Amino acid sequence: MNDSPNTPDGEARIGVDSWVAEAEERQARGRGLKGYLRIGWERTPDPVKLIVFLGFAASLPFWLSEGDLYSFALLTMLYLVLGLGLNVVVGFAGLLDLGYVAFYGIGAYAYAELSSDHYGLHWPAEVSIPLVMIGTAFAGLVLGFSSRRLLGDYLAIVTLFFGQAFLVFANTSDPVIAGVDVTGGSNGIANIDKLTFFGYHLNSSKQEFFFTLIVFVVLLTALHFVNQSRTGRAWRALREDPLAAAALTIPVNRLKLTAFALGASIAGLAGCMLAAIQGSVVATNFTTTVLIIIYAVVILGGLGSLAGTILGAIVINVSYYYLAPQNDHPDIKRWLFYGTVLLFAALIKPFWKGIAVLAGTIAFGLLAHAVVAEWAGRSWTSGHPISGGKWLADWVVIPRVSHGNFNNYLYIGLVLAIILCLSVRGWWRLALLPPILYLVAVVWENVLLLNSGITALLLFGAMLVALMTVRPQGLLGTSRVEIV
Amino acid sequence: MHVVLGGVVDTVRTLGWSGAAGLLKNGLVLGSLYALIALGYTMVYGILKLLNFAHGDVYMVGAFLGYGVLTAFGGPLNLTLGMVPLILLMFAAAMGGSGVLGVAVERFAYRPLRNAPRIAPLISALGVAIFLENSAQLLTNGFQYNYDSFDLGGTNGQPGPLIKPVFTLFANSPLPVSVSVIDVLILSTAVALMVGLIVLVNWSRFGKAMRATAYDREAASMMGIDTDRVISKTFFIASALAGAAGVMVGLKLGTTFFLMGFVAGLKAFTAAVVGGIGSIPGAVVGGLLIGVVESFAAGYVGGQWSDIVVFGLLVLFMLVRPTGLLGSHAIQKV
Repeated sequence: MNDSPNTPDGEARIGVDSWVAEAEERQARGRGLKGYLRIGWERTPDPVKLIVFLGFAASLPFWLSEGDLYSFALLTMLYLVLGLGLNVVVGFAGLLDLGYVAFYGIGAYAYAELSSDHYGLHWPAEVSIPLVMIGTAFAGLVLGFSSRRLLGDYLAIVTLFFGQAFLVFANTSDPVIAGVDVTGGSNGIANIDKLTFFGYHLNSSKQEFFFTLIVFVVLLTALHFVNQSRTGRAWRALREDPLAAAALTIPVNRLKLTAFALGASIAGLAGCMLAAIQGSVVATNFTTTVLIIIYAVVILGGLGSLAGTILGAIVINVSYYYLAPQNDHPDIKRWLFYGTVLLFAALIKPFWKGIAVLAGTIAFGLLAHAVVAEWAGRSWTSGHPISGGKWLADWVVIPRVSHGNFNNYLYIGLVLAIILCLSVRGWWRLALLPPILYLVAVVWENVLLLNSGITALLLFGAMLVALMTVRPQGLLGTSRVEIV
Repeated sequence: MHVVLGGVVDTVRTLGWSGAAGLLKNGLVLGSLYALIALGYTMVYGILKLLNFAHGDVYMVGAFLGYGVLTAFGGPLNLTLGMVPLILLMFAAAMGGSGVLGVAVERFAYRPLRNAPRIAPLISALGVAIFLENSAQLLTNGFQYNYDSFDLGGTNGQPGPLIKPVFTLFANSPLPVSVSVIDVLILSTAVALMVGLIVLVNWSRFGKAMRATAYDREAASMMGIDTDRVISKTFFIASALAGAAGVMVGLKLGTTFFLMGFVAGLKAFTAAVVGGIGSIPGAVVGGLLIGVVESFAAGYVGGQWSDIVVFGLLVLFMLVRPTGLLGSHAIQKV
């Protein structure tokens, strides 16, 4: 019982009441810089926040290059729309939908089939997008129907399997309708039309960005009101306790299906946007990796929080963009990494302990480097950090030649060390931090920086676990108290 | 679809009875592996009401641990150890390693969330699965590794003893069904493990504590059962079974891959649901059923469709009999 994150002192708290849930936050409010920031954030009305965000977003096309606009702004907006849709299912209604990415894919393929040479159809977007959204909502309904009577866990596995089945289906070149392969097999569908509304073509990234911005605003406003509505309140009741909700005559099954279908149709909309923006659709756009990224977006920001989704989308997309294997920016990756380490040290309270940990890490590194150079020889320490990290050469141990499975042992050692650190408490934990941080840096320079695409997913996975244990409400969500 | 069905009819004609028997044999071997993994799902689900997404990846780790032992003793072509001790050692390492991994996962990813909202441990489990998969990709460079059971223990280009047929059915037909040593080994080990598990759960003191914890954790802890310990042990057993399945699949199919746990985990969970989640005999029956269905689907419809057929079976069970074949209706306690 004492391990529960909600009851650090073992004291039982009963009832789902925001007043109770926020009791500790209220006590800590108004103290220090963080308190002022929090009060400022809370007192700013939501429309003002939205307008500030929109003003910033609308300025992006004027100072970002076309390529940056595509990879940062446009993809972030796409993840934002996806995150908003997932937030309806997971955040509002509390259903774990792991086939979300399949609806995204269905939407993309459907748009691709309606507006490309694949079938020779070139429907305008004002017709095809609503059609696709209705179609994906219907698909969501059918899938949700199969597990409507069941617990959330069954839904999770059915949807996860659905996502996998969709991938297999999209990749096989067997299903043929009207003489043409439906999904184009592993080649996908190429040469998809750009979005066209009433004869107006959206050709450049700039125009597409403004279109996604409009979609986002409309969606956000709509979801805000849905969340405040009768349905929204019923969803929250359902999320907290389906049994109690049913006892209060809330139609649980119908609401679950509504949430599911709404989420699926938003995913379908995002799919249309992806197909049009990318100009092509392949099955690899809808793998589990993408699902994980969308989940990371929603959970980092806070389940059920719309502002949180925005923050999550920006953080996740920008970090994923820099960590993605096709982007060769080792220097930026490195700054992101050491920045995160510094941020971590800054979170240690009180702050002098954080400074002590940092100083200890630097000292430990210098010592370890010297010891390794003395005992194992120069060949172990004379390797160079890849591009631009010269200032690290005397601190991080980088072997000049690869020594068998050295990197693997290093990585496993790091994981074991972190587990050890989590198992001890108090001063021991603090004392273990400098060597672990140093080990993290060594692993980063030797292993992770070279495989940064995998690293991004590793970090997202670890982040999901860590957030769930430490702060399940994410960055901007409100904490909930489980009914006892 | 018409083309697909026509193809099925043609395949049935060409394969005949001996082909069907071969598919059945393969299905049973595959199904016993699914059953071993499904047992882990069903045990963990029974005791914690948690869908352990990471379980499939624990099985993958088991397969790699077995491969590690194989390589440590010289690799398949020049073994420095006899066949029998080697295989025993592989099983021991994979089961022990996977078991410890499962306990660690439970300790750090699930135990802090005992009293959290239902969705929190599920997301945490998803995170663990992602972490394990990508760690494995990092450590193995994303390559496939080969157990090479064809050559295992063989000398001078001769095939090893593992793939020698024990007996052959339909010897005179164009598609004879040969049951090899490895098939017998897998089936007998799986049966032995399952029987051992059933004995442990039903007739031992620990099994009693486990059932009590599954029935009502709070009441069990009030009766003096250390529920955290029981849950840890359950995770150890469940993960050890998955590790054993990992070695078996390595010996049977030859390859290990960092993504192998994902689809296998999905199918094993389907097996657990089809058999009735929470029921140990149900997991065995469900596993065998899924294995046979998948094997027949691959034989008659085409290998690329087997995932979709199994998924269809899952949806069908969800609609018609959500409690599974051997599951009972749980009355929800308030």
